Amino acid sequence: MNRSSSLSARASVAGRLVLAAGGGYAVAAFTTALLSLTLPMPRAEAVTTATLLSFPVMVSIVVVAFAARSLGRAAAIVGGLALALALALRLVAGSPPFGFGS
Amino acid sequence: MRQGFRQSMAWLHTWSGLVVGWVLFAVFVTGTATYYRTDISRWMQPELRREATMSPEALAASADLAVAHLQAHAGGARTWFVTLPTPDRPLVELFWRNRPGTPPGHVLLDPRTGAPAALRATRGGDFFYRFHFELNLPPLWGRWIVGICAMVMLVALVSGIVTHRRIFADFFTLRRDKAAQRGWLDAHNVSGVLALPFHLMITYTGMVTLALMYMPWGVTAAYRGDQSAYFAETGQITRDRPATGEPGTLAPVGPMVARALATLPGPLERLTIVNPRDANSTIVAVFEEPHGLSHEHPQVAFAGTSGAIVEVLSGALRPAAKTFTTLVGLHEAHFAGAALRVLFFLCGLMGSAMVGSGLVLWTVARLPKAGAATGFGWRIVHTLNLGTIAGLPAGIALYFLANRLLPLDLAGRADWEVRAFFGAWILVAVAGAWPAPRRAWRLALAAVAGLFVAVVVADAATACGLWDDPAWFLGFDAALLGLAAGFALISHKVARFAAPRRARRAVPEPAPRMEAA
Repeated sequence: MNRSSSLSARASVAGRLVLAAGGGYAVAAFTTALLSLTLPMPRAEAVTTATLLSFPVMVSIVVVAFAARSLGRAAAIVGGLALALALALRLVAGSPPFGFGS
Repeated sequence: MRQGFRQSMAWLHTWSGLVVGWVLFAVFVTGTATYYRTDISRWMQPELRREATMSPEALAASADLAVAHLQAHAGGARTWFVTLPTPDRPLVELFWRNRPGTPPGHVLLDPRTGAPAALRATRGGDFFYRFHFELNLPPLWGRWIVGICAMVMLVALVSGIVTHRRIFADFFTLRRDKAAQRGWLDAHNVSGVLALPFHLMITYTGMVTLALMYMPWGVTAAYRGDQSAYFAETGQITRDRPATGEPGTLAPVGPMVARALATLPGPLERLTIVNPRDANSTIVAVFEEPHGLSHEHPQVAFAGTSGAIVEVLSGALRPAAKTFTTLVGLHEAHFAGAALRVLFFLCGLMGSAMVGSGLVLWTVARLPKAGAATGFGWRIVHTLNLGTIAGLPAGIALYFLANRLLPLDLAGRADWEVRAFFGAWILVAVAGAWPAPRRAWRLALAAVAGLFVAVVVADAATACGLWDDPAWFLGFDAALLGLAAGFALISHKVARFAAPRRARRAVPEPAPRMEAA
């Protein structure tokens, strides 16, 4: 990338950064919680498997956030994924996913 | 980032690597040193005398002495940790946590007498071990910072791999005679690619060791956040026995140690005594990891007041749990014998070299044109580079040097060693900011080499009368001299490289194709 970035390019980088960190962690956390509750294996095994998978999931979201053609596209992919996972988790857990209901 | 996938990944690699590079370098170097944690501790306490064997009776007697000491000095603590003596380290190590806000208790006892061991006070190799994942900060802060850096490192590795067109060819490519930037790029590629499986493995497994802290949401969802219930259900620890609030008296631990040794094979490593003054107190005898990759300690739990066995854990983990413990085991490499340990150590050095050369490459790729002044950002990166890459080894050398030179009866001696470590590091970082970059690198690296030689001289001068196994201590000193030689060589190369590079700069040549910078 050219080092003399314009203001909009900088904003795009900042947006992707927030998306990669926040969105990446959210998607990884939702995936972990969802798989922990749904994988067809004993509870402890499901949690372990889900937790081990969480880091590769987060890395791939970071890659997507920086590789997508535009910031809007990246936000749509990551945000859509997070939303879908959160809804699925809500269905499975039957209560708001984190902190509030437990 | 409107360019192709590879360009966006190259950009991601450069900048993600830069912002966490300094912390990663420190994590890699101290982690690499941790492969020899017990050896470093032994070298730093040359008064220690090893023993040929440790009988079960001696082990039981030392456990009784340990509990007597804890009853007298740590009655209020919720949990006592007792590391039992081994032939290589015939010491009883006690650790207990006091109320929040007061420092934890820690003491080494002579296993025969129960009196504090007559050894110089030092944190030994444990200092590097803890620094490796806590950076000497409050644990919560340190672990999160290291964890975030490890995640960014994983991103840098993945994007670095994508950036590479020719992974296989890079095995054999080191163009030292070309432009400086090419040389550094190739050095970064060789150290990165040759040990790539190690880098990926060590970064991922490092995060796995603290996975439940970084990613607790599976346990939140499935166990309502009860981590010890989760760990007990996976078979990694014995079940929690909550305190009743009724006072209770601990039965003698000596017979429990004997029963534990009769129940499970293998050396007994430590005892954990939970709620020692409660009617529902628990004593867990934790054995060394059996042969194999997996990090799993067989355990026998006793009811503290009666001495009855309440639970025995020995192997038989289910597949995911076994995978988890194997990943942790791979990170710690406790399974590695002498030869494999050397290989792990070399891979760790390669990782340090990969991070270090990547950092230097950033500055070399952005060197101002001849005559132009360096920018502020460039100076900052350069200063942090030098302060970390030369400053940390200088700190390590001074940590060892302080161990040999500080008076043995100095109050807070172990803390002074740590101050020496940070003092030297900061001094090199600050002093390195002023001279011209190339001169600063040359002098700082030469100073590091000199400091490691000084460590060996100080060891021979002050401690050779204490060596119980001169060959072993000479071997350790030889390794330090090897490090000194390495730093001296790099310093020499930095000095010599100046002339041809500047000469060539005058001649216009096609700009080197940039791949990773």
